[in-house]
Amino acid sequence: MSKLRVYVPTDASALAVGADATAAAILAEARRRGREIEVVRNGSRGMLWLEPLVEVETARGRVAYGPVHAADVAGLFDAGFTEGAAHRLGLGPTAEIPFFKAQQRLTFARVGLIDPLDLDAYRSLGGYRGLAAALAMSPGEIVETVTASGLRGRGGAAFPAGIKWKTALGAPAGQKYVVCNADEGDSGTFSDRMLMEGDPFTLIEGMTIAGLAVGATQGYIYLRFEYPHARRALERAIATARARGFLGADLCGSGRTFELEVRMGAGAYICGEETSLLESLEGKRGQVRFKPPLPAISGLFGRPTVINNVITLASVPVILDRGAGYYRDFGMGRSRGTLPIQLTGNIRHGGLFEKAFGLSLRELLYDIGGGSLSGRPIRAVQVGGPLGAYLPESQFDTPIDYEAFAAIGGMLGHGGLVVFDDTVDMAAQARYAMEFCAVESCGKCTPCRIGSTRGVEVIDRLVAGEDRARQEALLRDLCETMVHGSLCALGGLTPYPVRSALDHFPEDFRRAAAGSARP
Amino acid sequence: MTIPSPNRAHPLPAEPPSNLGPQERAAVEDACARLKALPGALLPILHAIQDALGFVPADAVPMIARELNLTRAEVHGVITFYHYFRSTRPGRRVFRLCRAEACQSVGATALEAHAKRSLGIDYHRTTADGAITLEPVYCLGNCALGPSVLIDDRLVGRVDAARFDELVAEARRKR
Ligand SMILES: Cc1cc2nc3c(=O)[nH]c(=O)nc-3n(C[C@H](O)[C@H](O)[C@H](O)COP(=O)(O)O)c2cc1C
Ligand code: SF4
Ligand code: FES
Repeated sequence: MSKLRVYVPTDASALAVGADATAAAILAEARRRGREIEVVRNGSRGMLWLEPLVEVETARGRVAYGPVHAADVAGLFDAGFTEGAAHRLGLGPTAEIPFFKAQQRLTFARVGLIDPLDLDAYRSLGGYRGLAAALAMSPGEIVETVTASGLRGRGGAAFPAGIKWKTALGAPAGQKYVVCNADEGDSGTFSDRMLMEGDPFTLIEGMTIAGLAVGATQGYIYLRFEYPHARRALERAIATARARGFLGADLCGSGRTFELEVRMGAGAYICGEETSLLESLEGKRGQVRFKPPLPAISGLFGRPTVINNVITLASVPVILDRGAGYYRDFGMGRSRGTLPIQLTGNIRHGGLFEKAFGLSLRELLYDIGGGSLSGRPIRAVQVGGPLGAYLPESQFDTPIDYEAFAAIGGMLGHGGLVVFDDTVDMAAQARYAMEFCAVESCGKCTPCRIGSTRGVEVIDRLVAGEDRARQEALLRDLCETMVHGSLCALGGLTPYPVRSALDHFPEDFRRAAAGSARP
Repeated sequence: MTIPSPNRAHPLPAEPPSNLGPQERAAVEDACARLKALPGALLPILHAIQDALGFVPADAVPMIARELNLTRAEVHGVITFYHYFRSTRPGRRVFRLCRAEACQSVGATALEAHAKRSLGIDYHRTTADGAITLEPVYCLGNCALGPSVLIDDRLVGRVDAARFDELVAEARRKR
């Protein structure tokens, strides 16, 4: 009998629902049956509702089963899953599963296919071709390619990556830095984590290219402490890349240098804001800096610094490999390329879905996402993290496009969709938005630091029905003050979820009052 | 010499005497020696100490300040700014409950209430038997499979009250 190859993900979300126990059970069962087996621990395919998703290599390609728990394993062997036979958990060829098949995977092309730490597997699927192309170009040409691709920052602000790089390239020579923002603090997002765990070499390659482009020899990945699995994957991948000449002095024999180090955050949402992140990297409290100067001119330790999100940097290798035009041809309007969308919360098919910009929210929620997990009607969706507006059903036809979202007072942010069914209490969500701002404020501006706590109190009084018109006016005033009096988007955008809840779901703020109107 | 604290809520420790035990002192000295040459060394040092001891003892502050040529107020200010660093010894396991929106949409608020009630503690507290410390956390990157809990370095998804009780029972078996 030929040697069996089975894939069981090591992605943290797969582990969170028992993937390690599944892998162990498969090994034990194969041994018991005298079957020679290789279990590859791959990244996740992104169909998280099917995790642990087990794949078997067959003559027909990879065939999937899921969710497979340890208790299912003996039955799978009995049914002949090693040959891809039918079983109640059988999903058929992985690439044919509709959720997977409908995607356009550029940035996540390799995630889920390979052992994330296997550099040879990485290279066999196109890895390090982007770096090879970059090494043959001048810094100006690399920057020009990234600019021409239309790639915009995926961390939230959607600023064109090439323009940022050009500023850093144009800054006077000397020590420069590339910093990767891996703070991924937004609820409803995990694409950075999945990429770092599932294909860390792509991020390393992207950062190396950024270093060549702007003349930086040192990179830092600022990673949130909540991601211990990503930390292990990155540290191991960096060690491998260094040992194999893909990092360090004399990159691939080119005479160029790029060093890379992972630094851990310590639980502060505000450290995702780029200047606060730089303060934190310098060993200080993560307080937001005034801009200008731009980090590209005066960033880490006062030196020119390119700071980009994980997905932005991880999209660079494919652009260098396939060309700017290839990437730019995906998308709509000024939103070029693909966005790894994260379907989360109360949704049946939760997971990562990478697709060209342009799909509507409704298509994502129902056709791709399968509706709510609870089976109840979807009432609200929060897009773009805790600072994003709550969107009602009437806005579900908005396409995934930066400008279209801005036009309805929303934002795409990092591409996370959080779904709520009709049991949600939108007044409670508004209150939480204010509470979160109070907990995470860096303390620099009064409207953010104090206003958010006042916001919680006003919402409490509003919901209790105390002089409702006055409380609502007060809350709206407070929101105005925060929008206009805050240095950064934490204080400046917290009013968006609050006001959208108030505007679209006013009945939720009247619930308690209806029954218990107090004098 | 004692520098008076500007912040009465977090009094700075007096120096000397230091109340660090030998193991704690060694951890602090080791972290400083290994990491102080790094640019921006303070966070890596605090992480190394918390990795080794589970917390950053107040008496470590003057040692770190001396090694990095910072004031004690600066070091103290950094420790208190970040939610992750703690100045008191945690329980044998730290449970971090996700409070963020995606987990809320699938029952995290009820789970939070259950956790506090069944453990008999609020956030930032440790159970009387020293087994479990409860901390809030704002997203664990497991938003499609919530409610999520991080137990030390182990992520667990789809946690309901019953699953939580199992995890607590498991944690209590750790000595
Ligand atoms: C409060 C706040 C939190 C942020 N959090 C993150 C984050 O977790 N990850 C991220 O990449 N960008 C975050 N950003 C955006 C960064 O400030 C910055 O725009 C980004 O790192 C730039 O990289 P990009 O152009 O590749 O997106 C945040 C911004 C604000 C105001
Ligand atoms: S808005 Fe809030 S988080 Fe942003 S700089 Fe001001 S106080 Fe800090
Ligand atoms: S919101 Fe709980 S894991 Fe992301």
